[in-house]
Amino acid sequence: MACIEARGLRKAFGETAAVDGIDLRVEEGRIVGFLGPNGAGKTTALKAMLGLTSYQGELRVLGRDPWREREDLMLEVCFIADVAVLPPWLRVANAIDYVEGVHPRFDRAKAEAFLARTTIKPSSRVRELSKGMVAQLHLALVMAIDARLLVLDEPTLGLDILYRKRFYDSLLNDYFDGRRTIVIATHQVEEIQDILTDVMFIHRGRIVLDTTMEAFEARYVEVVVKPEALEAARAMAPLRERQLLGRSLLLFDGADRARIAPLGELRRPSLADLFVAMIEGAGERPRGAAA
Amino acid sequence: MKARNLFWSVRRETWENRSLYIAPIAIAGLALFGFVLHLGRGVANAGVLPVPFGMAASMVLVTGWVVGLFYALDALHGERRDRSILFWKSMPVSDAEAVIAKLAVALVVIPAIAMAVALAMQLLMLVASSAIFAAKGAGATAPLAGVPLPKMSLVMIYGVVAHSFWFAPIYAWLLLVSGWARRAPFLWAFLPVFALFALEAIAFGSRHVLDFLKYRLVGAMGHAFAPGALERPITEISQLTPGTLLGTPGFWLGLVFAALCIAAAIRLRRYRDPI
Repeated sequence: MACIEARGLRKAFGETAAVDGIDLRVEEGRIVGFLGPNGAGKTTALKAMLGLTSYQGELRVLGRDPWREREDLMLEVCFIADVAVLPPWLRVANAIDYVEGVHPRFDRAKAEAFLARTTIKPSSRVRELSKGMVAQLHLALVMAIDARLLVLDEPTLGLDILYRKRFYDSLLNDYFDGRRTIVIATHQVEEIQDILTDVMFIHRGRIVLDTTMEAFEARYVEVVVKPEALEAARAMAPLRERQLLGRSLLLFDGADRARIAPLGELRRPSLADLFVAMIEGAGERPRGAAA
Repeated sequence: MKARNLFWSVRRETWENRSLYIAPIAIAGLALFGFVLHLGRGVANAGVLPVPFGMAASMVLVTGWVVGLFYALDALHGERRDRSILFWKSMPVSDAEAVIAKLAVALVVIPAIAMAVALAMQLLMLVASSAIFAAKGAGATAPLAGVPLPKMSLVMIYGVVAHSFWFAPIYAWLLLVSGWARRAPFLWAFLPVFALFALEAIAFGSRHVLDFLKYRLVGAMGHAFAPGALERPITEISQLTPGTLLGTPGFWLGLVFAALCIAAAIRLRRYRDPI
């Protein structure tokens, strides 16, 4: 059974369609990166999957209709919708009590063991914790729940690099077990590229790329082109050309490796570069992006 | 509707809103202090003791109801304002459970806390009056005979339960506004009523809106207790008239209005985004 399955998923606010007909299928046991510029519809699509917003079209998460069955779905789905949604007055110990009280699949010992490795005190209130500590607390609560799907929407926004790294390390080492599914929406693409098994790009409410990381690496290649081969390389219709330290880097989609190998040094492209190439290639700057 | 979800939802409200018990305790402390001053000044007469006992308890109960007003106005607004609703909704708790728990805090938990505080205060008042009576040579046991505390407690429980039902539409309305307003729920809750009152007063020179409001605030007293019972502290069970209260159309109409407000509030919690 697919973990998430959408067909013609659509959500409009007045005249504008935030999500404009999405078809997707996420199998269980995958770690999916959900990437898109600001206002692309990522958050709206995720909210639909979590039963936080109504939608048109077909959507099934773990076989359920999220809008009609949110509370049942939440027995098997966890999410961190944003950084800092834990209420400021909540004490760490009370947060654990509450989740243990309402969630039958919560393992208190696991949450406490995770928190013991941090500097968070059980008697602290959320308002007394730093932003990074709040994220750690939320992750501790979520990881102690034996869920089948974990959805993270910008879980590390505004955290420093140490906390971000620790966040994803914990996620991968202490939580992911090959059976669970994790969906991550973030702008900080570089940091999660190596942990993803699949990636989807969303732009203007539509999926513009949906691929496994293996297929991504087989299909896209970046070449650090030798100056003398530049003309020849440009003639082969690269997706994008960028300059780095005086050298030209050309990104190719589905190019024949044997033909481009002589042009220069081949590199695995970063998701961020492909993302920029595809969104800029779509003709205009993404909505909401700073000029 | 799961009992444990309701229990923990109520529990978390008590963590968030410490004023639920701090305010009644503070008022009870003040009333107790005032009572001791009063006893110290006057003549030791056990016969009039029920008056301050009843008055002090009423003050504590009224404090509870007022705290409930502010609680209900913020209950569904605050969680959207600080975005914590995104955390609460990530738990397997339904919107109906969340809203019903908040209504239960206003109609059951706060009055129960206020009653417990009032009762504890009355016991301390009894101890204090025994001591002062003894010091004045009027006999330490005289207050015990003069204040029928068990009967007064029964009357208090009855009165509070009656008022929880009677006030249900008020708290349900405030919860609805709290879940609906993007900002200034206080204004949205009270301004429409005031606007109606002003419109009526200017256009027709009548005051039906005001009378209606007054009836909803104090009307239950007249229905729940025998006529004339309110002039002195109520100490007799025979002065309670639950039959009259249950036979009042306003009692049932209020509950219907409350149910509609709560149904709308549950729906709104499902649809509304964080602010």
